[in-house]
Amino acid sequence: MSRLTKEITWYGRGGQGAFTASRILGAAAMLAGYQSLAFPSFGPERRGAPIRAFTKISDKSITDRSIPKKSDHILVLDDSLYDPALADGLKEGGSIFVNTAKEVPKPDGVMVITGDISRLAEEILGRPIVNIGIIGLLLGELPEIGIQNIFVSIREYMPSKTVDKNIRLLETILSQKK
Amino acid sequence: MSGKKFISGDEAFAQGVRLAKAQVISAYPITPQTIVVERLSEMVEEGELDSKFLHVESEHSALMAAMGAAATGARTFTATSSQGLLYMAECLTYVAGGRFPIVMMNANRATALPWSIYGDHRDSLSLLDHGWIQIYTENAQESLDMAIQAYAIAEQEEIRLPVMVNLDGFVLTHTYEAVDIPTQEQADAFLKPRETWDKLDFDKPVSMAYTVGPDLNEEYNLLHHKALLNVAKHIENIDVSFEKIFGRKYGGLINGYRTEDADLILITLGSISGLVRDVVDELREEGVKAGMIRIRFMRPFPAEELIRETAHASAVGVLEKDISFGFEGTVYSNVNSALSKSAHKISTYDFIGGIGGKNISKEDVRSCFAAMQKKESEEVRFIGLEVEDDI
Repeated sequence: MSRLTKEITWYGRGGQGAFTASRILGAAAMLAGYQSLAFPSFGPERRGAPIRAFTKISDKSITDRSIPKKSDHILVLDDSLYDPALADGLKEGGSIFVNTAKEVPKPDGVMVITGDISRLAEEILGRPIVNIGIIGLLLGELPEIGIQNIFVSIREYMPSKTVDKNIRLLETILSQKK
Repeated sequence: MSGKKFISGDEAFAQGVRLAKAQVISAYPITPQTIVVERLSEMVEEGELDSKFLHVESEHSALMAAMGAAATGARTFTATSSQGLLYMAECLTYVAGGRFPIVMMNANRATALPWSIYGDHRDSLSLLDHGWIQIYTENAQESLDMAIQAYAIAEQEEIRLPVMVNLDGFVLTHTYEAVDIPTQEQADAFLKPRETWDKLDFDKPVSMAYTVGPDLNEEYNLLHHKALLNVAKHIENIDVSFEKIFGRKYGGLINGYRTEDADLILITLGSISGLVRDVVDELREEGVKAGMIRIRFMRPFPAEELIRETAHASAVGVLEKDISFGFEGTVYSNVNSALSKSAHKISTYDFIGGIGGKNISKEDVRSCFAAMQKKESEEVRFIGLEVEDDI
């Protein structure tokens, strides 16, 4: 197990599955032998309202349970929530991943990776639910976790009827990246 | 379900209650407790847990229903939080005075007003005098493990008292992490089915929940007090037998860290403890003799243990998510009273933080140690304020 400390912030809207995805990633990190925490921005929940979720991964025990002030990676499930100013919440050398079909304005000196996950999700899941698909963009920057661990955690922690389709979605995204 | 799983504190506690085979569960939902009873109701529905699940109309009824069930000799569980716990307050003394060994999970949450669903310890600490054993856990694993241990403590013949296990709202109840879920065989080896003479039984009738006049009422209170003190005597044995089966141990009423030669010690409860340990390590690197103590049990209060653990300290601070308005933090009052019996003079500090879910940062924790190191004034102080305390 290599040394690793990553703090990841997810931006989505209530109902888009950001918190579920933060847990899938956390569980996969556990399977890869790391310590991990996953938690939502605590508080009342409402469909459609902006929410955040967080995944912390480390080779050491994670004692700070608070919301990270700066993250290594930011994932944006809904491009209406994207703003170049999100880069203020990034650590040095951090990156942003956005689900969008559009060209988005990019902050200086920050890697912004975009992909039209919604279109693929419509095709494969029949719904524009991109929470798992966007992990496909992130894994290039987080190879330590391993796609097989993501698959195992999807099988274990997601409703059975969504498992195969989400795995197919991820495989499609990974094959298109190559 | 067993093995390593990625679950929340609420879910971990529900697994512990399942493994302890609670026979009657009664509860009324309240954020951030809800998930623990949701999971248990699913387990009962799916036949994973052979238990009677009672949907009640209030927290008051939840605890009274659990008391009625406990009176038949059943192992019972309930859970609540904040205003729900306060609504139960009347029943807390019934359950404790009647010596019903109920286990309750409390998701620590601020008390209204101002209305807030976020975490602090004001709900449970305000009820310290209601005669329950009070435990505070640090992570999801300890929460699951204490759900099981709590029944062993509660049902011990020399104790026979209810246990309130406190989990920090959201920070523990809603945070997902790796938890080792024991097997049913392990749980069964540790915890036998509840057996008691103190129950409604036509063949061996006993008096229960009775009136006692002025002649002997104080004596009953003395018995209750002694029973609570007995926890200190049994906790180590219970923990040792727990370790033999599950491979994890938690120690006794407190958990000291680098206290052997510590000059400055910060005392905390619950989920913030890990961050305080990190700061202790940083300060040690910088040459400061820092240490920390996590209080696991607020009742019985670990007075002797604290005196022993602070033997080399010149200053002890308490970092607590609580304020007893018009005086000081309740944890501090308890700690200060205990340390007044110490053989040497210790300066004591009270740091109030994390109220209503306010984040406690590493810098905040460092500021507590800095105040002790600089021998600043010992008046109660609120830390991490957004506005200046100039009122």
